[in-house]
Amino acid sequence: MIRIERRAPMSREAAAGLRLAGVAGALLAGAAFLSATGHDPGQAYLDMLRGAVGSPYAAQQTAVKAIPLALTGLGVALAFHAGLWNIGAEGQLAMGAFLASWAALGLSWPAWALLPAMGLLGLVGGGLWALLPAVPRALWGTNEIITTLLLNYVALLWVDYLVFGPWADPSAFSFPYSRPFPDAARLPLLPGTQVHAGALFVVAIAAALGFVLRRTAWGYEIRVTGHSPRAAAYAGMPVRANVLLVMVLSGAVAGLAGMGEVSGVIGRIQQGISPGYGYSAIIIAWLARLSPWGTVGVAVLFAALINGGFALQTSGVPAAIASMLQALVLFSVLVGDFFVSHRVAVRRGRAAALPAQEAAAEP
Amino acid sequence: MDVYLQDIRKAFPETVALHGVSFEARPGEVHALLGENGAGKTTLMNILAGLYQPDEGSIWLGGQRRRWRSPAHAIAAGIGMVHQHFKLVPPLTVHENLLLGVRGPLWLHRRRDAARVASLAREHGLDVDPLARVWQLSMGERQRVELLRLILRDARVLVLDEPTSVLTPQESQALFATLRSLARSGRTVVFISHKLEEVLRAADRITVMRGGRAIATLRSQDARAADLAALMVGRHVTPPQPSPPPPGAPVLEVDRLTVPGDRRPLAVREVTLTVHAGEIVGVAGVAGNGQRELAEALAGLRPIASGAVRLDGRPLERATVRDRIEAGLALIPEDRLDVGLVGEMTAADNLILKSYRQPPLSRRGVLDPRAVRARARAALGRFSLAVPAEAPVRLLSGGMLQRLLLARELAEAPRAVVAMSPTRGLDVGAAADVHRALLEAQSRGTATLLLSEDLDELLLLADRLAVMYDGRISAILKRAEFDRPRIGLLMAGGAA
Ligand SMILES: Nc1ncnc2c1ncn2[C@@H]1O[C@H](COP(=O)(O)OP(=O)(O)O)[C@@H](O)[C@H]1O
Ligand SMILES: [Mg+2]
Repeated sequence: MIRIERRAPMSREAAAGLRLAGVAGALLAGAAFLSATGHDPGQAYLDMLRGAVGSPYAAQQTAVKAIPLALTGLGVALAFHAGLWNIGAEGQLAMGAFLASWAALGLSWPAWALLPAMGLLGLVGGGLWALLPAVPRALWGTNEIITTLLLNYVALLWVDYLVFGPWADPSAFSFPYSRPFPDAARLPLLPGTQVHAGALFVVAIAAALGFVLRRTAWGYEIRVTGHSPRAAAYAGMPVRANVLLVMVLSGAVAGLAGMGEVSGVIGRIQQGISPGYGYSAIIIAWLARLSPWGTVGVAVLFAALINGGFALQTSGVPAAIASMLQALVLFSVLVGDFFVSHRVAVRRGRAAALPAQEAAAEP
Repeated sequence: MDVYLQDIRKAFPETVALHGVSFEARPGEVHALLGENGAGKTTLMNILAGLYQPDEGSIWLGGQRRRWRSPAHAIAAGIGMVHQHFKLVPPLTVHENLLLGVRGPLWLHRRRDAARVASLAREHGLDVDPLARVWQLSMGERQRVELLRLILRDARVLVLDEPTSVLTPQESQALFATLRSLARSGRTVVFISHKLEEVLRAADRITVMRGGRAIATLRSQDARAADLAALMVGRHVTPPQPSPPPPGAPVLEVDRLTVPGDRRPLAVREVTLTVHAGEIVGVAGVAGNGQRELAEALAGLRPIASGAVRLDGRPLERATVRDRIEAGLALIPEDRLDVGLVGEMTAADNLILKSYRQPPLSRRGVLDPRAVRARARAALGRFSLAVPAEAPVRLLSGGMLQRLLLARELAEAPRAVVAMSPTRGLDVGAAADVHRALLEAQSRGTATLLLSEDLDELLLLADRLAVMYDGRISAILKRAEFDRPRIGLLMAGGAA
């Protein structure tokens, strides 16, 4: 009989080895599949690696892609620290992009005034959008997983409405995007690179989050609330106010990612600003164990995987296989992660109680 | 049926629960399995009942070697177990619960079967209303339903895990009479306990377990309480000696406090109590008579309907939790983990749970890790606690958790402390430490309200004892008036 059970904690090295083994397994399985479908696996992996980090240009593109992933990931991680499931980073990103674009398209200010205003509006847009589900959660315990998720659709449709309707570029023959932003509304590139200044947001927010969570009294409250809301109430912590505040901040960071995309990358607002960054953010935050710098690191790996997949397509491997490889790597990392804390037990003979019964018997 | 467990070994991922235990019980006897928490009693009996597979060793029943494929297989072979947490379905009636899992026609002959159940119940002193719904029953009644269910399935071996932990003294008496009658009818009865007196009173033979080993099996007429305690703990435990100081001024005053409940309109009704400086007032009662709600309301964790609470004369009934903490009111909650302590956090982080906003722990909202560590060292040192500083506290034993909690709550000599079942689930040594800590706080003038289901603990520590039944205080007794039978009667709702 085979069953899955929790295992005794393993050492850091063993855990890291297990995770690496997971990735290696995924690459082997992918290689088998590639050769079965008539592709050269060595070449394919080389293409992927080149596309992700093979040249200064490729590496910088990966960095650009990592910016929204890291920002939304940091927002989601902050909420998770307080025990809140913010599945709404995608919508919060869109609302941040919306408010920032409103300033970009409506105000003819110089860059030194316009860019900070757009950044601020990005924060406000995402923050307010997250406040909407935070209020019922704080007051009545309404499940925020569902409310934040559903509000994503509302936000995305709102942006669609704008770019198809009132904000549609008159010269674009009904393509779903706005007029291009004026130059003053474009985030500058970091000197000597192709990476826009949104990268600085990532560094600043990761550093701030690390400090706040580890070193401040408020961060302590958040961690206690996340681990055990009842203990937080018992210690007299303002649990409701913190739920509101954390959700707003979490959404604000995601909103800033939206501002970064429209201002730093696209230069206008359009349909589909994000190919699901806000959802990837959830996986990223979890894989990073909610650590702020870990989130940044995982976001970069994620971005590399995405860009590597693109490169694979340009060398003749179908898009479906490229996505499959990405999924395989991701899946095996998650599986490796699972087996850090669990194991498969095989019992000989006609054994044994069912796991459910065993669990029920625990006092 | 003869039961023989031979050299049973069982390991869990983190611990070895049983290191080759042998255990033997005979038909017609009541056999007690005595041991501290974590000794392996439950695990051993779960193996007998087919819930766990032993890693090594064998099970013999009536001279035959058996190997259980499933708990159902063990039940079919005549093993019946009443678990510490009952496995009844609360929305169903007693009668429906009794028939669950019994093979036979699927339809229920309400009237006819009800009569059969009633006669079985009378025979063994297990009366319950077969048509009552289980959620309406007291814990004692539910236990009787569990026993009846086993008898209906014709269990020849009956195992009860800590059966008296949910009972009043009277109910325990009745239970032991029932167990005696079941043994006399030829069944083998095993009950698990960590209470010396009841084991001596109710069992024919006693097997003592400690640290996953069976230490000794004695006939109860040959055993003395002190020897059993030494076998159980592995050393001699000296119980703390209370020497209460003369009580001082009133500190915690509760005046006609009425508190809404979760399941019923009023859990606490017009409770009036005063606890003086240096006094321990006990609250006795069967679980679920409003003690938890009273403690939570005093701590500010539960809204009240009416009444007043004062600490040193200052009204607190509308104060926030934080204000109450700052006024010097400490709470030792029923749930150590998840309320009193945060399992995922370290001991150091847990020790600042209530003081993290005060200097030197934090200044202008920034924590000082060095001050946090120093605070932890000081608190752990004062209570001589050897707790790993960096590991999450959920890995600690119940006794360690409670010592840690007390180290925090009693560190700063609170004006008053409300302690809720502070030794539940603890072994003898840890319980003695908890008692010592409470007595020490008392000697420093702390006013203590001690809510407990353990009457022995209350009789040992309390200067006065309030008995709570159905949300009301039915009597407040002075030490001179402490009288077990009378208190038992009050706990069961009788008049004094
Ligand atoms: N399901 C389980 N998983 C892991 N450890 C367990 C489990 N059940 C019991 N243990 C461990 O085995 C030991 C014995 O536990 P138990 O049999 O419950 O003791 P007792 O009933 O005497 O208090 C303890 O250290 C306990 O933590
Ligand atoms: Mg037990």
